[in-house]
Amino acid sequence: MKRLLFGGMVAGAVLLPFLALVLWAFSQRWFYPRLLPEQWGLRAWQYVLGTAGTQMTEAFTHSVLVATVTAVLSVAGGVPAGRVLGLYHFRGKDLLSIVLMLPIIVPPLCVAMGLHLWLLQLELAATLAGVVLVHLSACLPYAVFVMWGVFSNYNLDFEDQARSLGASTLSVIWRVMLPLTFPGIVVAALFSFLLSWSQYLSTLLIGGGKILTLPILLFALMGSGDRPVAAAVSIVFVIPALAALAMSARYLGSRRMLGVW
Amino acid sequence: MTLPANDNRAERARSLPRPAATIGLLAPALAVVGVLFGGGLALGLVQSLGYLPAAGMSALSADHFARVLADPDFFKSLAFTFYLALASTLVALAVGVAAALALNRLAGRSRAIQFIFQIPLTVPHLVIAIAVAFLLAPSGLLARGLQGLGLLPSGVAFPLLVNDPWGVGIMAAYVWKEVPFIALMVLAVLQSSGAELLEVGRTLKADRWQRFRYITLPIIFPSLGAAGLIVFAYTFGAFEIPYLLGQTYPMMLPVWAYKAYSDVDLLARPEGIAAGLVIAGVVTAAVALAQGLTQAARRRGAVL
Repeated sequence: MKRLLFGGMVAGAVLLPFLALVLWAFSQRWFYPRLLPEQWGLRAWQYVLGTAGTQMTEAFTHSVLVATVTAVLSVAGGVPAGRVLGLYHFRGKDLLSIVLMLPIIVPPLCVAMGLHLWLLQLELAATLAGVVLVHLSACLPYAVFVMWGVFSNYNLDFEDQARSLGASTLSVIWRVMLPLTFPGIVVAALFSFLLSWSQYLSTLLIGGGKILTLPILLFALMGSGDRPVAAAVSIVFVIPALAALAMSARYLGSRRMLGVW
Repeated sequence: MTLPANDNRAERARSLPRPAATIGLLAPALAVVGVLFGGGLALGLVQSLGYLPAAGMSALSADHFARVLADPDFFKSLAFTFYLALASTLVALAVGVAAALALNRLAGRSRAIQFIFQIPLTVPHLVIAIAVAFLLAPSGLLARGLQGLGLLPSGVAFPLLVNDPWGVGIMAAYVWKEVPFIALMVLAVLQSSGAELLEVGRTLKADRWQRFRYITLPIIFPSLGAAGLIVFAYTFGAFEIPYLLGQTYPMMLPVWAYKAYSDVDLLARPEGIAAGLVIAGVVTAAVALAQGLTQAARRRGAVL
């Protein structure tokens, strides 16, 4: 009974904001103070998928591209660094951990403002590559810390056994290390993807309004004050994030993730 | 994320691989943090000191910082930001600990509840800001619900909960977003330790509060502290939620910095960057101070 009550409270608190979004996205006419729309309809969806369809497609493609590349690069940098930090103790490790922690503490706004001028000179401002670079500065440290946790519970004996059986370094990495740390890699990729997916200000500063991602488009639409349209775009924006969570949910609770949390 | 403990078996048993290999493994991460993050901050500092060749300014001076720090609005913004980040963090910590305790007792193995609980972690701040506006605005779902139930006499205005002087809307959005993060970090610690100690506490007739204060709290404190610092730093420096849900005066510092940075007057740009660096400085100092205080208190034997 208590358990049901608690489950209901959690579900209610988490899902209430989504209820508001869904109600507005499918409302056609909804005057105050009616609790529910007087008339339901698909006007917002017709606008989002029809009238503004090309912009939506562009924004969606850019968002997926930037977040995926950022996540892949974050993991590529996070796995080797996490391995060293998780497995070994060495002089300067505390200092190193503080340096790697700083980008998690300091907001990307400060970094993006400084980087803009430089990326402008490198002709990377207002390009997808420039946006990936600024996202990377915020996302990669998360991947490092996730992999650090993973490797602090990692047993090197498996690698030694493979090597004593004649496995090359490459096949030790491919057939021992990566399978054993796979849940952690998925979680590190998920964190980096989500963090990049939701970046607004750093994209705006570096993209200079020329790189259209979903958050940039959503902000522009919010300015017009059209609630149903903003709600519909919000739903399009949040679904891939939820899908990413659903796909990696079984790894989040995995025993091998114990060191991370 | 807590810094993983150093006492693992493998670590003690092994010596480091060759220095060249170690540096090679750390290089990609260090390059990103050093060049992009460090470089970004350094270039920001140079620009905020007045080096902006595009606008014909190339003499270094502390004028921009001085002008930012002399602006009374800046201090109002700073105070408001500090209040709101601290309040949001404390509320999120309290709710997060309560949720973790309940989750541990009532739903330790319920996958459905745990999945629902993780949802806010994935939702972009922008989306929750919009949803909170839909819920709490004067014509939002809450006002409609209260009106429908007859709890809000017609003619009496619904209290201002978004773009309001106390930042209620901003706080609501942050708390919704950060509670699962805190709760999951605490839950991981609760599940891996403490059951036996609580049993001992019970046999020694410690009451519920005493068991929480002297057993559970010391166990979860390190991760609670780390989670709180990350949340505080985030709420202090994030832009989207205060931009959408904040009042126009005083605004939160990140909004202030962005407004100055994107001003049509190019001369205001270094002031925006200077404000951004002040944010970075305050956040870093707060984290360092909290770490220092915790360690000092531990050295004096406080049960934390």
